[in-house]
Amino acid sequence: MAASGCRGVRSILWKYGSYGKNLFVSRSKMVPQVKCFLIFKNLAAAGPQKFTQEFIDKQVEEFEVGKRHLANMMGEDPETFTQEDIDRSIAYLFPSGLFEKRARPVMKHPEEIFPKQTAIQWDAEGRPFHFLFYTGKQSYYSLLHDVYEKILAIERHQDKMRNKGLFTSDTKQILLTGSRWLLKEEIEENLVENISVQDYMRLIQLMELLLSMPYCSLEEEFILKFRKQLEVQSSKYEIPALQYDPQGVAFSFADGRRKSAKASITLRDSGSGNITINGRNYLYYFPVLQNREQLMFPLLFVGMSGRFDIEGSVEGSGHSAQAGALRLAISRALLSFVSEGEVEKMRQAGLLTADPRIRERKKPGQEGARKKFTWKKR
Amino acid sequence: MNLHKLSSRLCPTVTQKFRHLQIQSRGQQLEAVGVETESTEQNPLSVFRTSEQDPTYHSERHTGQYYTLPAAHIQKLFPHGLPPRFQLQIKTFNEGCVMVRPPALELISYLKKADYSKPPLRYILYGDVGTGKTMCLSHALHYCYTQGWLIVHISDAHLWVKNCKELLPSSSRPSRFDQPIQASQWLKNFKITNERFLSKIKTTQQYVWTKRERTEKGQPLGELVDQGVNRMKSSSDVVGAVLRELRLQAGGATEGEGAFKLAVAVDGLNALWGKTSLKKEDRTMCEPEELTLIHNVRKMMKNNWSGGAILTALSQTGSLFKPQSAYLPSELLGEEGFDNMEPFVPVSVSNYNEKEFESCYLYYLDRNWLQHSHSRSEEGKKELIFLSNKNPSILERLCAFL
Repeated sequence: MAASGCRGVRSILWKYGSYGKNLFVSRSKMVPQVKCFLIFKNLAAAGPQKFTQEFIDKQVEEFEVGKRHLANMMGEDPETFTQEDIDRSIAYLFPSGLFEKRARPVMKHPEEIFPKQTAIQWDAEGRPFHFLFYTGKQSYYSLLHDVYEKILAIERHQDKMRNKGLFTSDTKQILLTGSRWLLKEEIEENLVENISVQDYMRLIQLMELLLSMPYCSLEEEFILKFRKQLEVQSSKYEIPALQYDPQGVAFSFADGRRKSAKASITLRDSGSGNITINGRNYLYYFPVLQNREQLMFPLLFVGMSGRFDIEGSVEGSGHSAQAGALRLAISRALLSFVSEGEVEKMRQAGLLTADPRIRERKKPGQEGARKKFTWKKR
Repeated sequence: MNLHKLSSRLCPTVTQKFRHLQIQSRGQQLEAVGVETESTEQNPLSVFRTSEQDPTYHSERHTGQYYTLPAAHIQKLFPHGLPPRFQLQIKTFNEGCVMVRPPALELISYLKKADYSKPPLRYILYGDVGTGKTMCLSHALHYCYTQGWLIVHISDAHLWVKNCKELLPSSSRPSRFDQPIQASQWLKNFKITNERFLSKIKTTQQYVWTKRERTEKGQPLGELVDQGVNRMKSSSDVVGAVLRELRLQAGGATEGEGAFKLAVAVDGLNALWGKTSLKKEDRTMCEPEELTLIHNVRKMMKNNWSGGAILTALSQTGSLFKPQSAYLPSELLGEEGFDNMEPFVPVSVSNYNEKEFESCYLYYLDRNWLQHSHSRSEEGKKELIFLSNKNPSILERLCAFL
C-alpha cells in the first residue's frame, strides 16, 4: 500500500515548473466587453515538441492510476472520483500556507498541464505532411477550407431542396443567445498557431456567413465548437435566509466588508426607517453626508426606504470604508426581501459586488506604494 | 367651496393669501373654521402656514405650521438672540417664520398657568443636537414679549466662557475677572429689548463705581445701563447690579407704576457650570465662578426671588469638553449644575415628526428654496427624509445647497 501510495504521489505534478516558462499573460483588448482575466500561453512560440507523444501518453496513464490510488486513500469510490474530489483531497493531504493559489500542489489531467504543442510536420526526407504547410499557418487555413466546404455543402443542399420544391426559409435556427464567439487567444490555443487580428476577423466573418444561410442548422455541432457559453452571473449569490420573529416580523442577517472594515446587520421589516449603528443613530454616527448617501442607496434603489429597521455593528478602517461595508451588507440582506428580476438589477447597479480595492503595499526603495524618493540627477 | 378646492390644488400660495385676506376681514371665528376645513380638505397640500401671529393664541391646532415674526419684534427682541443660520434665512426670505412645535406650546402653557407670586419655575429645554431648542426658546420669549414682560436674554452663555480677548481683574472683588466687551455688548442689547422699562424702574441703593462715579438711589435703570455701556471697565459690575435690581423688583406690585414679570432666558446653560477655555495670567485655567458675569447669572438662576420665570436651553454644540453624544441634562450640566438647578421642569425637544417635516418641506418649496427639480418629486422627498432623519438643522443645511 505504501509503495502504490508513493507511485500515486509521484504522479502529482507541480504546476509552476511548466507554468513559468511558457507564460504569456494578456488581457483581451480586442473584445472589451469581456472582463475576465484569462491566462493565455503563447503555444506556437514554444517551438516543436518538447515532450514526445509517448511521454504524454505515459503521463496520462500514470495520472489515471494515481487517481484511483488517491480515491482508495481517501476511502472513496475510484469509479466516481471527479476532478473536484481530487482537488479536495490534495488540499487535505498537502496543506499549503502559500498565498498564491497557483503555487500550491495540484493534480490535474496532463492535457491541462502540458501545453498543446505541434507535432513534427515533415517526414524523414523533409517533405511536409500537410498540403498547406508552406502557408505558414497550416491549421488556420485548413480550418478556413473546412468552413468553406461546409458552406458549399449547405448551398448544394439548398439547391436540392429547391429542385424538389421543398425550399423554406424558416428552418430551425441555431440558438446563439448566452454564448459568444471564441476569442482570438482561445482559437490560437486550439490551433497551436499564432494568427493575426485580420485572420481572426476573417474567420468570424466566414462563420457569420455560414450562420446567415437558411439551412445552417445542419452544421450546428461544428459551429457550437466555436462558441463559448457565458455564465449566468446572478445565480452565484446566496440569498440569506428570511427568519421570523416571535411577533411574526420578518428579518434577515447579512455581512459586508470593505477595505478591512467589517459590518454585520439585522434588517427588520417593521416599517419605521430607523437605523442604529453600534448603538447610535446613523445621523450622529455618520455626520458626513456622503456616508449617509451610501447607506441610502440600496434602499432607495429597491424603493423600500421607509420600510425597514436596521440594526448594525461595524468595526475597523475609516468612516468611508465602514459606510461601504454597511452598504454591501444592506444590499445582501435585501436580497431575501426582493424578487429575482430585482436581484439582477441590483447586481448590474453594482450593489452586490464587493469592492476589491485594498491598501497597496509600500515597496522598499520608495516612499510609499507609488511615490518615489526625490530624483536627483547627480 | 368647489372652486376653493380647485384653486388650492392648483396654486397653494394664492390660497394662502386668499385665506389671509378672508380672515383679516372677517375676524377670528372664521379663522378657526377656515383652518379646520383646510386641513380636512386635502392632505397632500397640507397647511403649513398659520395666520395666527400672536403666540398667546397658538394651540395644538397650529402644530407644524409656520407663523411670521413681525419685523419690528425681531429687531427689538432678538438683536442677538437668534441662531446665526436662522438670521441668514430671515435675510434671504425677507421674513422670519418660526414653526409652532409641541415643546414650545408646552412651555407657553406652563407660563400661562404658573403662579407668579411664588418663586420662579425653572424650565430646561433639552434634546439632541439640531432639534430646535433655541428656536423653541425664542418662540416662548416672543410670547413673553407680547405679554409685556421684561426680558433678560443671554443668547449664548458659551460665548462668555471661551474666546475672550480681554480678561481684566475685577475692580470690585480681587479674586474675580471681568469681561468688559461681552458685558457692554450685552447691556446694549438689553437696552434695545427693554427700552420702555428703563425709565420706570428705579434703583434701590447707591452704587459706587469709582472715586468720581456713582449712581444714586432712586435713579432710573436706564442710567445704570448707560453707565455700563459708556464705562467699559465697570460694565461687568453694572450687569451684576442690573440683575440684582431686577431680582428685587420683579413682581413687586408696590414699586413704581405697576408690576412687571421677569423672564430670564439663558441659552447654553451648561456653560455656567462647565469648564472654561480661558487662562489667567499665570497660565492656569479659569473657573467659571471666577468670572463676574457667570457668577451674577448663577445668582439669577436661584429661585430666591418671585414674579417671573426662568427659561433655559442646553446646548452641546458650543460646549467645551463634552462628548457629542451627551444631550441629557445630567450629562451636560454636570453634578454641580444639576444640583443647583434642581428642581426644574424638563422639556424635551426631538426631531420633526411626519407632519412637521411635511410643513417644513412645503415651506421651502413655497419660498423656492429647493431649486433642484428632483427635490420636488416624491423620490426626492424620500431621499431628504432619509438623509436628514427629519432633524431640523441637518435638513436646513441639506436644502441650502439644493
